[in-house]
Amino acid sequence: MSQALFSEPQTPLDESVRQQLIREFEQLLPAESVLKDDADLLPYESDGLAVYRQKPPIVVLPETTEQVQRILTICNEHKVPVVARGAGTGLSGGALPLVNGIVLGMAKFNQIIDIDEQARTAIVQPGVRNLAISEAASDYDLYYAPDPSSQIACTIGGNVAENSGGVHCLKYGLTVHNVLQVKAVTIDGELITFGGTAPDCPGYDLLGLLHGSEGMLAVTVEITVKLLPKPTSTKLLMAAFDSVQKAGDAVASIIGSGIIPAGLEMMDKPAIIAAEAFAKCGYPTDAEALFLCELDGSEEEVEAQLKSVEALIKDNDVTTLHIAADETERMLLWKGRKSAFPAVGRLSPDYYCIDGTIPRRHLSTVLQRMNEWSNDYGLRIANVFHAGDGNLHPLILFDANIEGELERTEELGGKILELCVEVGGTITGEHGVGMEKINQMCVQFGSDEITQFHAVKNAFDPDALLNPGKAIPTLNRCAEFGALHVHHGELPHPELERF
Amino acid sequence: MDSADQIKQQVAQAFGDKSPLAISGGGSKNFLGVRADVAELSTAGHHGITSYEPSELVITAKAGTTLTELRATLAEHRQMLPFEPPAFSDSATIGGTIACGLSGPARPYIGAARDFVLGCTIISGRAQQLVFGGQVMKNVAGYDVTRLMTGAMGTLGVLLDVSMKVLPVAETEVTFVQQLNVDHAITTMQSLAGKSLPVTASAYHHGQLYYRLAGSPAAIKAAAAQLGGDATDDNEFWYELREHKLDFFNQSDMPLWRLSLPALVPELAFESKSATLYDWAGTQRWIFSNADASLIREMASKAGGYAQLFRADKDLKKSAGVNHPPAAAIMKLHRNLKREFDPEAILNPGRLYAEL
Ligand SMILES: Cc1cc2nc3c(=O)[nH]c(=O)nc-3n(C[C@H](O)[C@H](O)[C@H](O)COP(=O)(O)OP(=O)(O)OC[C@H]3O[C@@H](n4cnc5c(N)ncnc54)[C@H](O)[C@@H]3O)c2cc1C
Repeated sequence: MSQALFSEPQTPLDESVRQQLIREFEQLLPAESVLKDDADLLPYESDGLAVYRQKPPIVVLPETTEQVQRILTICNEHKVPVVARGAGTGLSGGALPLVNGIVLGMAKFNQIIDIDEQARTAIVQPGVRNLAISEAASDYDLYYAPDPSSQIACTIGGNVAENSGGVHCLKYGLTVHNVLQVKAVTIDGELITFGGTAPDCPGYDLLGLLHGSEGMLAVTVEITVKLLPKPTSTKLLMAAFDSVQKAGDAVASIIGSGIIPAGLEMMDKPAIIAAEAFAKCGYPTDAEALFLCELDGSEEEVEAQLKSVEALIKDNDVTTLHIAADETERMLLWKGRKSAFPAVGRLSPDYYCIDGTIPRRHLSTVLQRMNEWSNDYGLRIANVFHAGDGNLHPLILFDANIEGELERTEELGGKILELCVEVGGTITGEHGVGMEKINQMCVQFGSDEITQFHAVKNAFDPDALLNPGKAIPTLNRCAEFGALHVHHGELPHPELERF
Repeated sequence: MDSADQIKQQVAQAFGDKSPLAISGGGSKNFLGVRADVAELSTAGHHGITSYEPSELVITAKAGTTLTELRATLAEHRQMLPFEPPAFSDSATIGGTIACGLSGPARPYIGAARDFVLGCTIISGRAQQLVFGGQVMKNVAGYDVTRLMTGAMGTLGVLLDVSMKVLPVAETEVTFVQQLNVDHAITTMQSLAGKSLPVTASAYHHGQLYYRLAGSPAAIKAAAAQLGGDATDDNEFWYELREHKLDFFNQSDMPLWRLSLPALVPELAFESKSATLYDWAGTQRWIFSNADASLIREMASKAGGYAQLFRADKDLKKSAGVNHPPAAAIMKLHRNLKREFDPEAILNPGRLYAEL
């Protein structure tokens, strides 16, 4: 099915080119690091968005920077596309292979090179798992703040490519706010250092530009991250409400009062019920909405904030308010939220995770509309929500074995994303565009912006060999999708045929 | 024709004629970088706050809006621009602020200009009006062009409006002072943020270490007990530092250098002979020096940082270059991006680097 999803029809890699590439790679890498047989290639067919699959013609697994430089040089000479891959937990098909290109697996770059306790930085290879950084830094009472729910598996290289967030990014920022320097190789094989450990690297913010660029500008080979001191005190409140509106109002009043919680995560009724059934964490299942609010810092700061937050929540008609008594209960309450995906997964053969961001004030309107569509489509939706920053994750429950249900799910997902744009938000807060949201890019951006995005890629990768066809749609594709948004009443590119 | 269309038309004209423009907001940072002697494009007439939602921590303003107006509006809701940008004049605009990308004393603790930009509208060098990013805090749709514009000194596009994340003003702020020698001060400043305490600024000058705590009174009291130093009621110090109004900044006609260095770099050889002020926990250093520019740059590079010729006469700025020259591969990417955004090189030519 994936064929139909690509911007442009793809011609599979010519067998003689494939054989030639394998020979060149085998001169460079040990034989076991060049995968070419179906059985070995199978695990690389998809990323975390498993409904899209494509068997790659070759997978290479380098372990040194020089090897990455050589591989890219070889691919550049043959004009063969390259899809970089971390752990493959991406949820938008960013690491989905191409029929005409190789997969460059970065899993062997798994070393933590240095932790500087005094400077509070860590130098790591891109294949290091997100959580492994905090585990290693823990000896010094330091940690790496961005904590995607996938942190036991996803790699820091993937985090940079997606600019990943986590439940604590409201206070501590996204990946881009916590990375100081990236060493990356461009398609011509050149190793370049972006950013640095001194503040305000002069010139254009190319380090910022690499974040969220989905492997389309360069391949990351080394990352220097900032580490933070562990907070001395952490408190978690759970607050339940009889309407989403009231929960939303309570969130707004906390933030409006001048407190930035470390985490602020909301769930709607279907998500609460699923999480409670899965984790038995003590969520009130009769609530319409619930949020977890975490406060951290020094003992005194947390004490003061806790008092204010409690009062604000009580002012908003809370039905249950509970403060985790100890660390065990705090972890248990988080477990419910963090396992919301698998919990929902148990209710249904398949589920589809959406990732839009909205200005928070539109939350109840958006949820209301989703409820109506859920009825129209006959598909259940559970919502988990990074409430502090408006990042919504509706999970649509479906059964891929029922004819046409996946297609209807994708259609519903697309509508939800378009609604996010309509209320002033965006089609992706943290999972990236990849292959999945390529059509909705045509809704969010006009043809001039899309053309400018291609121009940015052109500045780095003139032959479009790094992860081509992902993240930025062609104008042809937008015309086909029928969603080019029209500037000043003129249709862009009137010369293009419309379908 | 509205003010945005006027700007767009002026860029279109310049694009057609291949005649360069010098962009200005309030002119407060005309001294920064090498300004080309060409026709001026002013964004001052394009002003006003277009949306502000305090409970969402987001504000959007047209490029010509003054920092004074923005700060006043935010203050009504006890919020602020967290990166504490210097204004250097009441005329300073938000467009110029983001284009210059400068940040104030809170930078190492709270973040830089680039950390708080969410979205922007620009007029590119092809006179196209383009919208990137948005008004939400998490957004990974398309490349992050908004960050690319931050600090680009207007060489990639004319900013028309900017959306930013804002933060609440702390309940209380207290400044503390301590007498220390320079080596000790550099390590102390670095260690201040190594504990989970609400430090939001630190600087060192004339044998005195200054640091700022922000938060609830109880938290400040407890932190101060751990960190030491004497409380002062002088929070003005940070304002004067940010705005270069401290006596330090008026003492000399020598060129003023701004060094950015990694954490814990000890006093450099030429610093001991020059007037030096340490900000940002010692990672930003203001130095009056007549030393040879290439020597200063070499020392900064060796220490892993950069040297910017912040204030100097035009001849020196032209001969020495204002910004620390990047590696060749980075410069090539700069040229490529410049070509893609401003193919006729009409926007602020030479302002950032002579060849852009
Ligand atoms: C259960 C679950 C929960 C999740 N929760 C979150 C969450 O809370 N927040 C969040 O933001 N995301 C979340 N994700 C999504 C995903 O984990 C992140 O996007 C993660 O950053 C992907 O890392 P990865 O190593 O798996 O990258 P991959 O999936 O392998 O690749 C992702 C992208 O990065 C590129 N890439 C990978 N490595 C490199 C490199 N070295 N150089 C250049 N490009 C590279 C790839 O080409 C691809 O475009 C979740 C996923 C799952 C399955």
